Amino acid sequence: MNPYVIIGNGTAACGCIEGIRSVDQENPILVLSEEKYPVYGRPLISYYLEGKTDLKHMGYRDADFYEKNRVQVLYGQKAASLHPDLHKILTDQGEALLYSKVCVAAGSSPFVPPMDGLEHVKQKYGFMTLEDALSLEKALTPDARVLIIGAGLIGLKCAEGIRDRVGCITVCDLADHILSSILRPEEAMIIQRHLEKNGLAFCLGDTAARFEENKAFMRSGKQIDFDILVLAVGVRANTGLVKEAGGKTDRGILADTHMATDLPDVFTAGDCCQGYDLSTGQNRVLAILPNAYMQGFTAGINMAGGNQVFDQGIPMNSIGFFSLHLMSAGVCSGQRKDIPVEGGLKRFYIQDGLLKGYILIGRTERAGIYTSLIREQIPLEGLDFDLLSEAATSAAFSPDIRRKKFGGMV
Amino acid sequence: MKRVYVNEEWCLACHLCEYNCAFANSGVKDMVTALKGKPIFPRIHIEGNEQISFAVSCRHCTDPLCMKSCIAGAISRQDGVIRIDPDKCVGCLTCVLVCPYGALAPGETGVMQKCELCLNNSPGEPACVRGCPNRAIVYEERKAWL
Repeated sequence: MNPYVIIGNGTAACGCIEGIRSVDQENPILVLSEEKYPVYGRPLISYYLEGKTDLKHMGYRDADFYEKNRVQVLYGQKAASLHPDLHKILTDQGEALLYSKVCVAAGSSPFVPPMDGLEHVKQKYGFMTLEDALSLEKALTPDARVLIIGAGLIGLKCAEGIRDRVGCITVCDLADHILSSILRPEEAMIIQRHLEKNGLAFCLGDTAARFEENKAFMRSGKQIDFDILVLAVGVRANTGLVKEAGGKTDRGILADTHMATDLPDVFTAGDCCQGYDLSTGQNRVLAILPNAYMQGFTAGINMAGGNQVFDQGIPMNSIGFFSLHLMSAGVCSGQRKDIPVEGGLKRFYIQDGLLKGYILIGRTERAGIYTSLIREQIPLEGLDFDLLSEAATSAAFSPDIRRKKFGGMV
Repeated sequence: MKRVYVNEEWCLACHLCEYNCAFANSGVKDMVTALKGKPIFPRIHIEGNEQISFAVSCRHCTDPLCMKSCIAGAISRQDGVIRIDPDKCVGCLTCVLVCPYGALAPGETGVMQKCELCLNNSPGEPACVRGCPNRAIVYEERKAWL
């Protein structure tokens, strides 16, 4: 049998390998890895720069992972085209690979909008890969002035990671508040104040219109001098391979709940795909690590002839900045319930008797109990939500539910 | 596989399980030296209200969301036991975000910790269970409640 081929070597690929091997221990698996490293925790790159982890501990799996799972990895190779009718992939090095089933787990790429004069900036970096982090690290000096374009998760985690290793950091974003894909302005302000206390400066509702080598001319007319520029505007799903092969794509590669595309024997998982989002009932790119793993695992099982559905994906994030933690899950629609928290916030959204989403800032303990209400669509009727919203506790559940959770195998 | 299960009708909320857990995981020989006058970070905790109380610790799930969600690959399963590699954990709390039982919390250094059934420390079996005066937590094989 031709091997299973996985395009990409990140978290989704790792899930796919483990999914395949949970069903099929025999047939070969081939991984195309554009990056030169074994699978590593991609979000760890900011923790690496911060000194909270090191290269030795960033491996997402043990060193013998591929060997133990009998996986061959082709490092430094990229899929150039996909030919589903022939079950064939051509790599960028002209090699032809035949597959039995393929999983496209190609991730996403940074999106850099056209900005005048960007080519004059010598010290500019993205912040997506370990290679990016290692390049940026080489440029860091105690006096460096850093300008980060993009106040999303990537830009802000980068800022936290390098703060103690540079002189000053300014973060700008076209949106009028930080973390605009997750938070509303008043929620974002709590985090922004905390980041400012920790030394970051912001320039919001504004972006660079033009660059010189060490200067950004902002749309507002402001000028920002910098030594290092980090571009963290956003990312786009890598859909090209499937699109050019005739598969359906939107913002991501369209996948059903089996993580199959509409092309025969072509599956997809992770940041490149647009899978089912339980919280909206629609397909959406959910570019977060837990979903990447679970989608990959699901794809792997189905590629190997099993039957697995992944229909519990929701947007969710846990992210900390300088010891202040923020968690969010689901969607922010429906009736709002706020619980005051010193220096933070607990905010819940309830609709049709179900918890649909939440934002927690500063008080995040046992938040998974809330997340489970969203994922499992547990009716709030019959449980004590007043108690639960104050403090996440299984005491709010009925004795029956609690017996299932704690009195038997789960 | 043996796991820690709760008989909530017997729990007195005496919190002894928390102290026994913190002691067992301290690596210190003497309980007073290990715990007295110090904040403790047990891997089991009592929840409840006036009507009911019960101990919460890792369920060692058959489908562990924490393991699948860990951004560092720091959580693994060994012979059914879900373990955290403290050298890999960066304290991002994603496991807290997803655990439906509320069974994980950061330890003193910010690295996550949870019950690993005392298999790697001196008791060799859960110290919380051994010290529970009322059999409100037990260490045994059980099936799922239907």
